[in-house]
Amino acid sequence: MGVEIAIATAKVLVMVLIILHVMAFGGVYFERKVSAVIQNRFGANRANIFGGILPVNLGVLNTLLADPVKFLLKEDIVPAGADKLLHTAAPILALAPVLVTFAVIPFGDILTVGGRDINLQGAELNVGLLYILAMASLGVYGVVLGGWASNSRWSLLGGIRGSAQMISYEIAMGLSLIGVVLVYNTLDLQEIARAQGGYFLRGWLPAWGILYQPIGFVIFLVAGVAESKRIPFDLPESESELVSGYFTEYSGAKHLMFMMADFVEVVLVSALVTTLFFGGWQVPYLARYGAMGLPGFHFPWGATLALPALLVTLLQIGAFAIKLMFFTWFQVMLRWTLPRFRYDQLMRLGWQGLLPLALVNVALSALVIIWKAGAS
Amino acid sequence: MTPTPISWYLTLSAMLFAIGVAGVVVRRNIIVIFMAIELMLNAVNLTFVAFARALGTMDGQVIVFFVMTVAAAEAAVGLAIIIALFRTRETTNADELATLKW
Amino acid sequence: MNPVLFLLLALLTLTAALTVVLHPKPVHSACALVVTLFVLSVFFVALDAQLIGVLQIVVYAGAIVVLLLFVIMLLNLQMESHAFGPGWVVAAAVGGGLMLAAVLVSQVWWAPGGAGPAVSAEFGYPKEVAQLLFTTYLLPFELTSVLLLVAIVGAVALTKKGLQ
Repeated sequence: MGVEIAIATAKVLVMVLIILHVMAFGGVYFERKVSAVIQNRFGANRANIFGGILPVNLGVLNTLLADPVKFLLKEDIVPAGADKLLHTAAPILALAPVLVTFAVIPFGDILTVGGRDINLQGAELNVGLLYILAMASLGVYGVVLGGWASNSRWSLLGGIRGSAQMISYEIAMGLSLIGVVLVYNTLDLQEIARAQGGYFLRGWLPAWGILYQPIGFVIFLVAGVAESKRIPFDLPESESELVSGYFTEYSGAKHLMFMMADFVEVVLVSALVTTLFFGGWQVPYLARYGAMGLPGFHFPWGATLALPALLVTLLQIGAFAIKLMFFTWFQVMLRWTLPRFRYDQLMRLGWQGLLPLALVNVALSALVIIWKAGAS
Repeated sequence: MTPTPISWYLTLSAMLFAIGVAGVVVRRNIIVIFMAIELMLNAVNLTFVAFARALGTMDGQVIVFFVMTVAAAEAAVGLAIIIALFRTRETTNADELATLKW
Repeated sequence: MNPVLFLLLALLTLTAALTVVLHPKPVHSACALVVTLFVLSVFFVALDAQLIGVLQIVVYAGAIVVLLLFVIMLLNLQMESHAFGPGWVVAAAVGGGLMLAAVLVSQVWWAPGGAGPAVSAEFGYPKEVAQLLFTTYLLPFELTSVLLLVAIVGAVALTKKGLQ
């Protein structure tokens, strides 16, 4: 019993505390550097310690360590007339659901350590996909209460816009997942990741989700970016119009929590896209139990490369991290390339564009599945 | 340790239902009355799920599915009515909205 | 579920439900309602109703209460001066509520059965619910979809400002 608790705690520590926080804060630095490259300048290279006597400046350490400390030490200002309880609760309600969703995302296959098989997923829920949708719907409260509790017109406007946008795109997100469920017949993310280990074309093409659900992938990516209120969908926060939208009146630790929720959600959308459409932790041609029960690479041209099972698992965790970073980079690129949607364009895209497309996707997927089942 | 007896869940849902009923009678704001109605619906949901577990059949859970759907539809239409009322009467006090005559 | 944990969560539920009914500010009532719905979802999962538990959060806490909050903010409802009815109504409601609670609790408190029979491992899984939903309860299912369509059309029609 104690070992189970220790294992669960270790999973939470590794996944949430270490990886997530490093990626969330590292994401800020990443964003500043990538935006600098796009805008043809150096970014974030001024921070230093000891007045610059070191030849190398702090760089990523500034964002990882000094930035959070700066935020935490700032004065916490609550505007006059604001609802104190809701003002404090809103950043918590914005951050908590996003962090908690990582419990169902698998970051590797089974890790065999000391004779014990550990499933590298925080919580093995049989309703994993629905749990993700549930936490996405809870994220709306942070926005709407943050906007309301600030007692300021910019915040209220940003809050109303933000929550309307989030609930509109939640629908498209949920519908795009129906196609995934139809293909894999399960709501458990680890099972979906495992099911992407097959191959097409006589063993050459890994059967990743995007080959089954290309339209679903596009809809999910767009809806995910809209849910996290990133550019091009960042009207709730629009820096040039609403100051900071729904988190204008927040300072210090609460502002940090809102910003952290933003970056953690970027990582979350990347993780979901990876798991559902790009094989999750699967490496092409790598299997824990290959054709003859041997862990290692099994190439389609006949060569095999036997590896110890532990190395296979570590390679798979590494593959997950690389895919995660790729999609995080993609979203950062998206942010610094595209202009912002106008509000009515945004709503039109959500209701008149993505929603019918997602329904058509469900119908098409169902037809293809029935046709294939009938043909075989 | 022994698991919680199902009757405890039923007791809790009975108390929640009574709180909801008292809320509907006591409060004057229509929206809070609406929230008390949702509380009653949820108490009933808990009863259904508890009995589904007690009898070992899934029918109770399917009925809860329908109750949730109907509650969602009712919330949409009810709040639309409240907004339409507010546009003309400028109040959400149930006492002032009690007469049909304008 | 551990009885001690149940008692703690039940206490939380009742406190939140009382806040919904008693707090003068509608926004706080809505937040207390979210807490109630969340804890009820925990109870659903404890009663082996995983799908219903998660759907409770998606539908109730994540959509219906958000809609309620929207309307409260749209109508800009602040704390009200006459939150409760006249004194005798409050007394009657409290008395009536207590009597109702007493009657209901007296009937269910001695319900036999302990913790219920042993059920299959798949009890409460989406597959089981869907099995029933698409066979025995197919007609209510189709009727509910028509009901939702009618509700959408009705809500839009009621709040649409008329064609001038």
